[in-house]
Amino acid sequence: MSIIKKLALAAGVSALLSSAAYADLSGKVIGFSQIGSESGWRAAETSVTKSEAEKLGIDLKFADAQQKQENQIKAIRGFIAQGVAAILVAPVVSTGWEEVLTEAKEANIPVILLDRGIDAPQDLYLTSVASDQVKEGHVAGDWLVKTVADKDCKIVELQGTVGSSPAINRKKGFEDALAGHANLSIIRSQTGDFTRAKGKEVMEGFLKAEDGGKGICAVYAHNDDMAVGAIQAIKDAGLKPGTDILVVSIDGVPDIFQAFVAGEANATVELTPNMAGPAFAALDAYLTAGTVPEKFIITESKLYTPADDAQGEYDRRKGLGY
Amino acid sequence: MRRIDWRGALLRPQFMALAAVLGINWLLFPGFFDITLQDGRLFGSVIDVLNRGAPVAILAIGMTAVIATKGVDLSVGAVMAIAGAVAAVLVTGGSSAIVAVGAALLVGLLCGLWNGILVTYLEIQPIIATLVLMVAGRGLAQLVTEGSIVTFSDPVLIFIGTGSLFGMPMPIVIAAVLAIGATLIVRKTALGLLIEAVGVNRSAARFSGISSGLLLVVVYTFAGFCAATSGLIVAGDIRGADANNAGLWLELDAILAVVIGGTSLLGGRFSIPMSVVGALIIQAMNTGILISGFSPEFNLVVKSGVIILILVLQAPMTSQWLRKRMSEGKAQ
Amino acid sequence: MVEGAEPVVQARGIVKIFGQHRALDGVDFEVRPGEVHALLGENGAGKSTLIKILTGAYQPDGGEVLLEGAPVRFSDPLDAQRHGIGTVYQEVNLLPNRSVAENLFLGHQPTRFGIVQRKVIEARARDLLAGYGLEIDVKAELGSYSVAVQQIVAIARAVELSGKVLVLDEPTASLDRNEVAKMFEVVGRLKARGLGIIFITHFLDQVFEIADRVTILRNGRLIGTKVLSEVTATDVVRMMLGKDLAFDHGGVGVAEAMQGPVRVEFKSLGRQGKVAPFSLALHEGEVVGVAGLLGSGRTEMARLMFGVDPADCGEISVGGRVVNIRNPAQAVAAGFGFCPEDRKLDGIFGDLSVRENIIIALQAKLGWFRALNRDEQIEIAGNYAEALDIRAANHEMPVKLLSGGNQQKVILARWLAIDPNFLILDEPTRGIDVGAHAEIVRTINRLREEGLALLVISSELDEVVAYSNRIVVMRDREMVAELSGADIAPSVIVAAIADNPGAKVTAEVGA
Ligand SMILES: Nc1ncnc2c1ncn2[C@@H]1O[C@H](COP(=O)(O)OP(=O)(O)OP(=O)(O)O)[C@@H](O)[C@H]1O
Ligand SMILES: [Mg+2]
Repeated sequence: MSIIKKLALAAGVSALLSSAAYADLSGKVIGFSQIGSESGWRAAETSVTKSEAEKLGIDLKFADAQQKQENQIKAIRGFIAQGVAAILVAPVVSTGWEEVLTEAKEANIPVILLDRGIDAPQDLYLTSVASDQVKEGHVAGDWLVKTVADKDCKIVELQGTVGSSPAINRKKGFEDALAGHANLSIIRSQTGDFTRAKGKEVMEGFLKAEDGGKGICAVYAHNDDMAVGAIQAIKDAGLKPGTDILVVSIDGVPDIFQAFVAGEANATVELTPNMAGPAFAALDAYLTAGTVPEKFIITESKLYTPADDAQGEYDRRKGLGY
Repeated sequence: MRRIDWRGALLRPQFMALAAVLGINWLLFPGFFDITLQDGRLFGSVIDVLNRGAPVAILAIGMTAVIATKGVDLSVGAVMAIAGAVAAVLVTGGSSAIVAVGAALLVGLLCGLWNGILVTYLEIQPIIATLVLMVAGRGLAQLVTEGSIVTFSDPVLIFIGTGSLFGMPMPIVIAAVLAIGATLIVRKTALGLLIEAVGVNRSAARFSGISSGLLLVVVYTFAGFCAATSGLIVAGDIRGADANNAGLWLELDAILAVVIGGTSLLGGRFSIPMSVVGALIIQAMNTGILISGFSPEFNLVVKSGVIILILVLQAPMTSQWLRKRMSEGKAQ
Repeated sequence: MVEGAEPVVQARGIVKIFGQHRALDGVDFEVRPGEVHALLGENGAGKSTLIKILTGAYQPDGGEVLLEGAPVRFSDPLDAQRHGIGTVYQEVNLLPNRSVAENLFLGHQPTRFGIVQRKVIEARARDLLAGYGLEIDVKAELGSYSVAVQQIVAIARAVELSGKVLVLDEPTASLDRNEVAKMFEVVGRLKARGLGIIFITHFLDQVFEIADRVTILRNGRLIGTKVLSEVTATDVVRMMLGKDLAFDHGGVGVAEAMQGPVRVEFKSLGRQGKVAPFSLALHEGEVVGVAGLLGSGRTEMARLMFGVDPADCGEISVGGRVVNIRNPAQAVAAGFGFCPEDRKLDGIFGDLSVRENIIIALQAKLGWFRALNRDEQIEIAGNYAEALDIRAANHEMPVKLLSGGNQQKVILARWLAIDPNFLILDEPTRGIDVGAHAEIVRTINRLREEGLALLVISSELDEVVAYSNRIVVMRDREMVAELSGADIAPSVIVAAIADNPGAKVTAEVGA
């Protein structure tokens, strides 16, 4: 699909997603320093941000940092020099921001952090828009607890990259949700590095180790990509994913909705790519009425199951660049 | 022809290491050696080791030749991503699978050719020359896929990654064919000897009339071909091209496999079959960790510990020491 | 020499076994302070091995080493160095991609507050080398200089390090007369200072010039130790070979030998900055000797002929047909062979077997797909090893384990195996014992009789005179004279070389 078509589609989708329009941001120049395009989710975040801005009549200056902090700092300095009205940053690392953010503060330009926090004094940025990763895990866990009711359920877990914050937090939230439900237990947990290939390989191992998967009731994956890999492994082992083994994961990428349609996955918790929407709303309130927003704006962690018009959700997301 | 000393060969540290790792896996999981036939396809942990080990084994085949010339190819992981991306984008764009596979392999060859030209004619050190493509290549793959995982449902591509021939998973079949083919080619022609000569002393090779430039280009091109093949398998396996993660860090596994196999990073003597054994040792270890149930925080520690052990066992100093101990034992 | 003084280093009953092969079998050896002790023997007799045991590079399988009367066991050459034993091994073991100055002081750089003092090192390096009559840029990479310069650097380094004993394993093999004289001066000074000096060489005249005593090895056994003033050269040779050597200078009448048609012809071949255009035709059954000082362009001329450095003007024809030679592969295809001067760097594949080293050029010529099978390889290697009397325990051992002289023969065998029609030999007798030396000269004569055209570069005027039909003289990268007939005599050659009053011994950069 061509980029143009994609963008057009994206614009349409987000027009549906958020309806409020902030007239006062119209015509303003806002800089956006994006990390890069290391994952489908990030690409979707970029395209959603662009379409949100377009909808509001914002002149968005986009800078791709290609995973390098020095590029982000350079871009932010550039935005300051241009005298933009505000700056959005999805920071690539958490440290080393004080100097450049102080420069922005001195130039009276509000800075909003998207989807990741930083280690810097809080007065250096207006607000930070991010999801609550612990909650994501919790929502996934709650769904499973409710779904199996009081039946016994042995769970295998596909963790994200060892030591990464989503892996730690999503694991914690899920375990919290399971606490007090003795009929559910995590029997195996390994890292699948957030990738499809590793998710499949690890699941293969789990299935072998658990007597061909007969003892496994559910798989919880820290992201949808690993779940998609696991689904293939389950099928290769001659079992039916979604029926013989429940599949629950996090992110809400298009391919998991496709799996919903095929009846091969059961639930996902959306990590919305629309961080810009709440950011622009907060910014509008701040610029027009001087309302200082909360320091941390938490996006919704919405649960999706096949009952939620899976085909429709798939079509809506497909064009976002995931 | 020389008679092959099978007993001596099987006593090599690599085979002992493989046996030890498999043995430990068996202790951790008694069903490790069970193999069943399911839907006309062999199924079992040992098959998994072979199947999952195939991509690195294939990379190691090309890498062995490169390292034998005293070079190294850091770009193979990125080339895997590019090849997978090209094939996926072509089939989703409506091309036939043959065209997609052909194009992916061709792109692999071109990447290898590029490396070879940098190394040979521009005389850039291999580690730097191939670093260029290692870094830029992943970006190229992302450009091709536009940053997303390109999912496909083409049966031929999927067959390459997950199909089976006479019950054997395709990746194993492909790796075996490549390993045997490459071994026969280098040993039945003069290529093996000439590659070793270039690796041992490139200047002397030149003085002896060996066209080392052409040879190096061929070797790097072959490594690119192997990487593309491996990239097709990995893409076929997950039915999609994941430009960000396909082949990530696998160049290091491939180099490790070659070193475990006994080919020196200083070039010279090489053995493709032993490199394949090296790849299997690495994968047996990975599979063992998966089924062991250890917490994933230990993965890297366990892995590096075992590798250090293998390399120490293989070091000339150790074998000298062992020999000395043995002869002293006899003398007493 | 201090008569009857206690030896500074002594070896008693040394045994060294490599696999099945006894490289040394109960050898006694000693050096006294203030003595130059020559160690002689054929290629493979065990000289280098003995040295390596004395200096800790190898550990003996039997016997003991004593330093000033007390038994010692050096763990490695560095250990020996710390005890005052400096060594120049046969194969120069320096770092070609570091500067000359760094090589001289590596491991014992003068430092100040832990910081290496570049300027000081460079100044000291210049002074040091000036003592050997060498004026070169000490900041340049060592590898950019000729073997001779590298050899002098290695010697200078070892001399700096040795407080008690200096060991020189064939240090003069690649030096010219002037440099040898300079080196002998230094040795004389060290001797006067009371150092014990062990000197290995195949040049008997040098032994008689500076050594006090000589120890002779044959096949790993001690034949005897003699005071040199009490023996003659013939005695020494007899001890080395176990028989009399028929000194075969077959030179008489060589010049008039029958000459066939022109085999190879170089017309105005030249390369900017390397060699001025020269023309030379070689006939079947002709040996052309090349004389000239170090750095006069002898090696450069050979490299041009063999396509190592492609010529930028002129043409080459073989048997009357013009051939294109832009690289060695094309030269080999045209039937050329080239034994390079620097054996270790450009000749030997150290880790490959003797067999593979012998057949490699033939295999390169045959191409990738016409592989010689193992039996063919064994047969070819066996034939040429026998023809050249290559002494190796077997042909499957890595060639780096052969003695220096035998390695040289392996390279010659490699070229004979391609059945060449033109062979270039650059210093072919360097590092070769008297017996093998005569053998190489005999081989050259035999090849000539078989109709081969040869170009032989040598610093040994006597030798060049012995086998050359014609001699070309190089000076300042230019072919300045062609001598034939009665002019083939050392005095005439020297005159031709010296003709230029400005001629002086300079470093051979980029050789
Ligand atoms: N590391 C080794 N392994 C096996 N054989 C060896 C090794 N080093 C030396 N030899 C063998 O020991 C013998 C003595 O070798 P050495 O180098 O001492 O001879 P050399 O007297 O120095 O000869 P040259 O004059 O040619 O240098 C040779 O036959 C050689 O092949
Ligand atoms: Mg020697």
